[in-house]
Amino acid sequence: MPEMRYYEALIEAMAEEMRRDESVFLMGEDIGLFGGTFRATEGLMAEFGSRRVRDTPIAEAGIVGLAVGAAMAGLRPVPELMTMNFAIVAMDQIINHAAKMRYMFGGQLNLPITIRAPGGGGTQKGAQHSHSIESWFVNSPGIRVVIPSTPADAKGLLKTSIRSEDVVLFVEHEMLYSSKGQVPDEEVLIPFGRADIKRPGTDLTIVAWSKMVHEALHAAEALAAEGIDAEVLDPRTLDPFDWDGVFESVARTRRCVVAEEGWRSVSVGAEIAARIQETLFHELDAPVARVAAVEVPTPYARKLEQKALPNADDIVRAALKIAV
Amino acid sequence: MLQSREMLRLYRQMLLIRRMEERVAESYGEGKIGGFTHLYIGQEAVAVGAISALNFDDYVIDTYRDHGHFLARGGDPKKFMAELFGKQTGICKGKGGSMHMADVERYFFGGTGIVGGSIPIAAGLGLACNYREDDRIVMSFFGDGATNQGVWHEGLNFAKLWNLPVIFICENNFYGIGTGVQFSSSLTEVHKKASGYGMPGYRVNGMDVLEVRRVCEEVVKLVRGGAGPALIEARCYRYQGHSMTDPGRYRARAEEELWRKRDPIPRLAKDLIDGGFATEESLLELDREIEALAEEAVQYADESPDPAPEALYEDMFAVRYPSDPHA
Ligand SMILES: Cc1ncc(C[n+]2csc(CCOP(=O)(O)OP(=O)(O)O)c2C)c(N)n1
Ligand SMILES: [Mg+2]
Repeated sequence: MPEMRYYEALIEAMAEEMRRDESVFLMGEDIGLFGGTFRATEGLMAEFGSRRVRDTPIAEAGIVGLAVGAAMAGLRPVPELMTMNFAIVAMDQIINHAAKMRYMFGGQLNLPITIRAPGGGGTQKGAQHSHSIESWFVNSPGIRVVIPSTPADAKGLLKTSIRSEDVVLFVEHEMLYSSKGQVPDEEVLIPFGRADIKRPGTDLTIVAWSKMVHEALHAAEALAAEGIDAEVLDPRTLDPFDWDGVFESVARTRRCVVAEEGWRSVSVGAEIAARIQETLFHELDAPVARVAAVEVPTPYARKLEQKALPNADDIVRAALKIAV
Repeated sequence: MLQSREMLRLYRQMLLIRRMEERVAESYGEGKIGGFTHLYIGQEAVAVGAISALNFDDYVIDTYRDHGHFLARGGDPKKFMAELFGKQTGICKGKGGSMHMADVERYFFGGTGIVGGSIPIAAGLGLACNYREDDRIVMSFFGDGATNQGVWHEGLNFAKLWNLPVIFICENNFYGIGTGVQFSSSLTEVHKKASGYGMPGYRVNGMDVLEVRRVCEEVVKLVRGGAGPALIEARCYRYQGHSMTDPGRYRARAEEELWRKRDPIPRLAKDLIDGGFATEESLLELDREIEALAEEAVQYADESPDPAPEALYEDMFAVRYPSDPHA
């Protein structure tokens, strides 16, 4: 199995799907000649040309809207939002149009759109460029939310997303692009709605996704030193969600920490905690613990940013509180 | 000059929209239709004249004021009325309602309730035409109010930048709900906004179906030939309130009277009779036939079943997963 970086895995996934299906095309700001702000489309314009790798104006609502129209007509657009932060500008097209159209038209059409966008903070980009707002989209019906943490998951899930007949928000993480991992040589399509156990354990389940998976893995090592064997469970897709996978793990370990990079209130983490308690109340040995960002606009100053965003230490602290 | 048969077809379509809308208003009054319902009465010449210049497989996309375009595109009056009644037999199975009529088989991608929201989508349809190098074009209908919305400008910029085959048709009825165009638009001559994007802008009398048809035919030919997008401003007037709940205090009676004299239906009737293509009796006969069609549609909608409770969970995704909402 070759080792590759997260962004390289994304490029491979797109290139393979574009070779396979002429109706797949990419559009976004600086994705072509420039190669993508995070290099995630590097080389694709050279291979596929400017018809299928389209540099766009800086117009996020327009980009998503054009993708909706192209999908209505049977193409498979893969628009890139330069970052998740700018999804906020395109929110009406994503939520009111892309996500609702199939339902409100009584299922008359499919919209096979994969919106790629990198989210996350941790590089001092300040309040407007550090969002982890996947919860907003999970809160809205009609859109799948896919959020891989490793190169292999990134590749396999992006291929599945592009082949999906439905609207997918594919959330990458700015700090994961250069991370490395083994990616299978053969073609792998990772199904939606299947959580992956990134580290098996017996004493406690940490549910985490995107970059927080890596924080959770660090935390698990630290906890191991304390004699606590933590399992790290990565749902990989937040919509659909593998509730059975989470319940199975937590029923076994009887303790759970949910760790996310986004803000705490009314979040995916809140939903997971609520459902675990609804479903497994009698199996739990402790309340579900939560780790999330402090609810302030992400500050610039390095020390403050580090305090605002959750990390492995926060997970360890939360775990120790419920592990006794 | 159009052939007499085609003129009669346009007349028939305008009358169908008018009569259907009258039944919609009536049914709304009886509580059989709910929500926001925006009538098209007065503007019939725009949808009918413009859509009649298209091929069957061209794309049409619209706003919430979508009844006229749906019917002009050849949509089934029964499925239309059933949709308004929220019935299972509705064109969108009762899930869309007045503002979200779509008929994908007729390449009618329907109504959005978000002012301006359909404009970049129209450009996306145009992108698909160019991508596949097929011979299709797109017609995008919207109101004067939409031309002040951000995505409207994004959509026109994209369309020109990528030379997309899209005809943007602004139905300038001079009001966005109760706000006159002079209070909302930096340019009240909407067609001039085209110049900001380097595309041609046309102004037509939207109360004259023959003029709308003639100009649209020309523009369709240009756009289909690869000339890129165009903007047409059709000046028209809605005779009813903005929606069924509009008390209509913002328009002068004299203004309303003036525009009623410009009613596109009697206007074409006169042309037909003067040209010897119809008689008063033959048009009355046609009217009776259409009244019967409208009555049949209402009856069909009335008698159709409500959506089954399970329908609530259906149609959101092509592929469903266990975590999706279910009974
Ligand atoms: C984004 C958005 N803002 C406000 C509204 C409320 N609204 C519905 S129709 C309308 C007026 C639109 O006027 P115009 O575009 O001229 O179309 P017309 O109704 O005259 O056909 C407004 C403000 C809306 N539906 N969407
Ligand atoms: Mg108006």
